[in-house]
Amino acid sequence: MNTAQVKYITSAPLVELKNLSISFGGIKAVDDASLELHPGEVVGLLGHNGAGKSTLVKILSGAYARDNGEIFIDGEKATINNPRDAKAYGIETIYQTLAVADNVDAAANLYLGRELQTSWGTLDDVAMEAEARKVMGRLNPNFQRFKEPVRKLSGGQRQSVAIARAILFNARILVMDEPTAALGPQETAQVAELILQLKKDGIGIFLISHDIHDVFDLADRVTVMKNGEIVGHARTEDVTKDEVLGMIILGKCPEKAVPGPGAMKAE
Amino acid sequence: MSEPSSTKGLFKDKRESGIRHFLRATEIDSRLLGMIGALALIWIGFHVYGLVAKGFGAFLTPRNLWNLSVQTSSIGVMATGMVLVIVTRHIDLSVGSVLGFCAMFMAIVQVWVLPEFLGLGHPMIWVIAVLCGIAMGALIGAFHGYLIAYLGIPAFIVTLGGLLIWRGAAYLLARGETISPVDVTFAKLGGGPYGSVGSTASWAIGIAACIGVLISLWNGRRQRKRFQFPLRPLWAEGFLGVVGCAMIIGFVVLVNAYPWPKGIVRREIAAGNLDPDGNLIISHGFAIPVLIMLGVGIAMTFLATRTRFGRYVFAIGGNPEAAELAGINVRWVTLKVFALMGALAGLSAVIASARLNSATNALGTFDELYVIAAAVIGGTSLAGGLGTIYGAILGAVVMQSLQTGMVLIGFDAAVQQMVVGIVLVLAVFLDTLYRRRAD
Repeated sequence: MNTAQVKYITSAPLVELKNLSISFGGIKAVDDASLELHPGEVVGLLGHNGAGKSTLVKILSGAYARDNGEIFIDGEKATINNPRDAKAYGIETIYQTLAVADNVDAAANLYLGRELQTSWGTLDDVAMEAEARKVMGRLNPNFQRFKEPVRKLSGGQRQSVAIARAILFNARILVMDEPTAALGPQETAQVAELILQLKKDGIGIFLISHDIHDVFDLADRVTVMKNGEIVGHARTEDVTKDEVLGMIILGKCPEKAVPGPGAMKAE
Repeated sequence: MSEPSSTKGLFKDKRESGIRHFLRATEIDSRLLGMIGALALIWIGFHVYGLVAKGFGAFLTPRNLWNLSVQTSSIGVMATGMVLVIVTRHIDLSVGSVLGFCAMFMAIVQVWVLPEFLGLGHPMIWVIAVLCGIAMGALIGAFHGYLIAYLGIPAFIVTLGGLLIWRGAAYLLARGETISPVDVTFAKLGGGPYGSVGSTASWAIGIAACIGVLISLWNGRRQRKRFQFPLRPLWAEGFLGVVGCAMIIGFVVLVNAYPWPKGIVRREIAAGNLDPDGNLIISHGFAIPVLIMLGVGIAMTFLATRTRFGRYVFAIGGNPEAAELAGINVRWVTLKVFALMGALAGLSAVIASARLNSATNALGTFDELYVIAAAVIGGTSLAGGLGTIYGAILGAVVMQSLQTGMVLIGFDAAVQQMVVGIVLVLAVFLDTLYRRRAD
């Protein structure tokens, strides 16, 4: 067992991905990847573009069907075949592409697939908008464009809609794929603050980025991927940014990290 | 009261033009106004042309407008379903043939099958026939939807195949025979003097509709107040209420201004159903098919804007991938959209065959084109995600007005086709321009 994880060994991990593999047309996008996440923990998932980070978490969020491997939630084997299953386990995802419906407004997007209904079985738009105003107020106090289709919003505003949707439903596991890609410095700082707050609430967060600076200060641990394989896991307090960069670029595992199948073999 | 909060608010100043302010306060869609304007232009244009060229303007008469409303019904009903199909980025080319097949099926049920068991003229015949027709349409639509959603065959191909298949199947059902006449009660669903509700009932419907408009305005305002959303100014609410009620009452007056033709009145007197010394000017009132279309329009608007199903349809049209990731069962919704389209084609088959008092093999030929044109003229975007039910019905009225007008002034059938084609292309071009400016 990993010495870096001694702290958590007593409790069952919130999520445990075991030996996940998926290939597209003969190319192994994710190869034998294992990873775990504990409550209140932020795990940064790092790697180049195309390293397999997004693909790996898309298996967790039900967007892709895995070829091999198992997913455990709270120590129990989970069946995740589509996004609905994942949501039922409290897994919420903010996709890199944002995955918002451009032609409907912010409130409709926040509640997409989980609309509030009146006692007549009709959409309760007013209540949804009221809730949307609350959650957006927390996230982006300047946001006022509730009546307009999301298409007309700026990149940052769309991003806040996507983030708000993920936190609206009391997620236990949050997957954030490049959540700050479209944001300015001020909004990025807001997202960082939000992550710390969610962490305090005991939510487990996978934070994906190709940029180490985005995640290093927020993450408790980092996991680095390269060519679909996991290079290694490390606690951020045990390693330096340069060492992590070495993992990303060369696949070279520093001493204090736990090597994965993709680590450069020692000479 | 505060103004609706939007980015336009940033630019709000004294220079804002009166029209713009008016539109924003009343929240009227400017494209709706554009369509009503175009419709008015067509109507007045044909009327004036008739006045100038023939000395008699036949278009803006109660008789013509009443007929126009009846002729619009069949296309209008299907256009509401086509909106949802196109919004989900699909197309249905089979509706005309499905209509023909359902009409033939219903005719067989009510003329050949049911009288055997129930006796000719049994009051349940029309009910069973209508249900059979709608169910058959829904079944065919669901089958198309299954092929499209679950087997991944493009809708264009599935429904192009359907266009040929169901037309052929309609022929085979009765080996090309025309089945006529249909059940007497069933025939009333197609309109005509007997298929209209008369003056008193029309007033009752009109008044109920006015009350409905006022209640919905009041309810909307109450809801906004409850959650402290921006309210429309009171004058704007008043304006909407007055215009809405005026249009409804105007429509009632119009349909009541068209009396039964003399021949039918004479026949009724001869049959002893009318007192020859009494009032012989009998108003048609609303035709039943028009009421069916309006009912479908309201129900479909409700479905599209107030239910989960409608929300999913639009979300899928906006971004199918996002809809899937949000946990929407895209395939199932797609299947339901096509089943609904089929059911509406079945309902249109009721109207069309009842109006003709027969089911012919060619019933509904080319309807798919008019239905798609109506939806597109009504502002449904072929790129998906955008469209309104009322727009499609207005689009159907525009299409039918053009055709009726051209018949009245004596255009060739060939020229009529060309004009309809040109108008379709022009309408989509204007729509593209409008959207580019709106974005």
